[in-house]
Amino acid sequence: MKKLLEVKDLKKYFPIKGGLFGRQIGAVKAVDGISFDVREGETLGLVGESGCGKSTTGRLILRLIDPTSGSVKFGGKDILALDKNQMRKMRKDMQIIFQDPYASLNPRMTVGSIITEALEIHNLLKNKNDKETRVHQLLEQVGLTGAHARRYPHEFSGGQRQRIGIARVLAVDPKIIIADEPVSALDVSIQAQVINLLQDLQQDLGLTFLFIAHDLSVVKHISNRVAVMYLGNIVEMAEKNELYNNPRHPYTQALLSAIPIADPTVKRERIILQGDVPSPINPPSGCRFHTRCPYARDICKKEEPVVKTIGEDHIVACHLV
Amino acid sequence: MKRPVIEIKDLKTYFFVEEGVVKAVDGVSFEIAEGETLGIVGESGCGKSVTSISIMRLVPNPPGKIVGGQILFKGEDLLMKSEADMRKIRGNEISMIFQEPMTSLNPVYTIGDQIAESVMLHQNLTKREAFSRAVEMLDKVGIPASEKRVHEYPHQLSGGMRQRVMIAMALSCNPKMLVADEPTTALDVTIQAQILELMKQLRDEFNTAIMLITHDLGVIAEVADRVAVMYAGKIVEYTDVMTLFQKPGHPYTIGLLKSIPKLTGNHKRLEPIQGVVPSPLNLPQGCKFNNRCPYAREKCFEKEPELVEVEKGHSVRCWFHDQLQ
Repeated sequence: MKKLLEVKDLKKYFPIKGGLFGRQIGAVKAVDGISFDVREGETLGLVGESGCGKSTTGRLILRLIDPTSGSVKFGGKDILALDKNQMRKMRKDMQIIFQDPYASLNPRMTVGSIITEALEIHNLLKNKNDKETRVHQLLEQVGLTGAHARRYPHEFSGGQRQRIGIARVLAVDPKIIIADEPVSALDVSIQAQVINLLQDLQQDLGLTFLFIAHDLSVVKHISNRVAVMYLGNIVEMAEKNELYNNPRHPYTQALLSAIPIADPTVKRERIILQGDVPSPINPPSGCRFHTRCPYARDICKKEEPVVKTIGEDHIVACHLV
Repeated sequence: MKRPVIEIKDLKTYFFVEEGVVKAVDGVSFEIAEGETLGIVGESGCGKSVTSISIMRLVPNPPGKIVGGQILFKGEDLLMKSEADMRKIRGNEISMIFQEPMTSLNPVYTIGDQIAESVMLHQNLTKREAFSRAVEMLDKVGIPASEKRVHEYPHQLSGGMRQRVMIAMALSCNPKMLVADEPTTALDVTIQAQILELMKQLRDEFNTAIMLITHDLGVIAEVADRVAVMYAGKIVEYTDVMTLFQKPGHPYTIGLLKSIPKLTGNHKRLEPIQGVVPSPLNLPQGCKFNNRCPYAREKCFEKEPELVEVEKGHSVRCWFHDQLQ
């Protein structure tokens, strides 16, 4: 399959300023050298705990924040070399859905004008009459009705607001959608509705998704491949069934064993990790996971593990594999 | 069966707002025995949190008011107690843990001060004794270097550690009952696993009755003994945890179980519950779930079903519970 998005050795260090003259006294290594591809028409899931850099990665790809180093290619084109105007045009093909649908919709704009704004910015309207038909069509596509166009965001429930966010994204007919925790703020019954909607749209429109989430069950359900992040690194990436059935990195293993399963008959050996995720300001030396890893050896403290390919499409960064 | 620590009978908590009356909790009854964990599940707005603050008598008044029912704790009705008596019970005999530990800890006091405060207040200990009790509790909840940590402020701790401090504080007076309102929702999965494990250990050690409120059916399966499923202010199903997952009786419970993506097995399309939770100001006539229920028939729109015991220890609020499967 064709690679739609190629990310190579992407890094983002946020400076920490301090002292009398506001000099830089340190850096938060939010994303520290990650590489992955997203293939056309697939869903790549990106999972990890808070602070692992998964959301930063999403924003870096869209250049909502600029990376410290590395490269991002979209359809073969290096998007880090684009200027502001070219980038704005590029964003027609790359869109993002946010976690909190309320915070990302302007409360003073009607749903109709929220959606037409995107159409107008990218000059996608042929004439004035076209506007209304297009808005209605988009709203119906996400399971709302044309009558909703005249209402304001506060009149909708959380799930409906997320649908509006999706309609806005679809308005510009993007190729890739970065979905940053799109269902975490929703109740389970509504969450399922939105997941189904995303899957239907992918099928109908041939969309590509980068699906960022912390809920491993949701990610497994929706993704083709899954990448696991820990403290700014990708520690393991594989086809989803391979990753969930045969996790090789100790962190992936612990993460999977920690998910509470909604079935009281399932009894399993649980790996309970000690301690918390260390601060990304001074991440541990060597393998970043060694402070919590039950199998850590001397080499893990000293050397950073290289990424190994251990099967078709299965990569892992661990000394002990 | 063990004697119940708490019995809630037909509890009704209403909020009187400009637009009308919100019946947040509308006739809820359940009981929890010593050393038992009752899980309360439901989606936002179903009244699970209002149930917990009603037990603590912390309903903001106005606009809220407990308009009926009984809360029998050790045989005495908490709704008849004076505010002074309630103060002796809260944090001493019934404790509460909240979802967001940062907003429930005071940022300007050390965690030692905060744990010691409730111990001194309820147990008549000196400051020195209370502090050593705080250190002991921090040890119990697995905080390393507790002697040093006791002098730290909440902002110096991580989310998981803060939740441990909340649990230490809640258990410092050895309460008979613990109300945990979404205690792990704000935490990452690996930390959630630690906290759930800790709660199980402490329950066995102190024999506390736990009321665990959550929206996560996985957490329920993991720690609850019995479960009450709430919808629109009412319990729609009440049973032990095995029955709930294997023989769910209410269409809402069945719908919830079908909506969650499974970690194991093959991937079928999710079957979400249609529609949205109705506005509490404008609940449907008859069964409150009728507008979203795939099985709804005429009778469901006419009259609201009662919660009936369909098997021993398994109650369901549905007219057609025997015809669903």
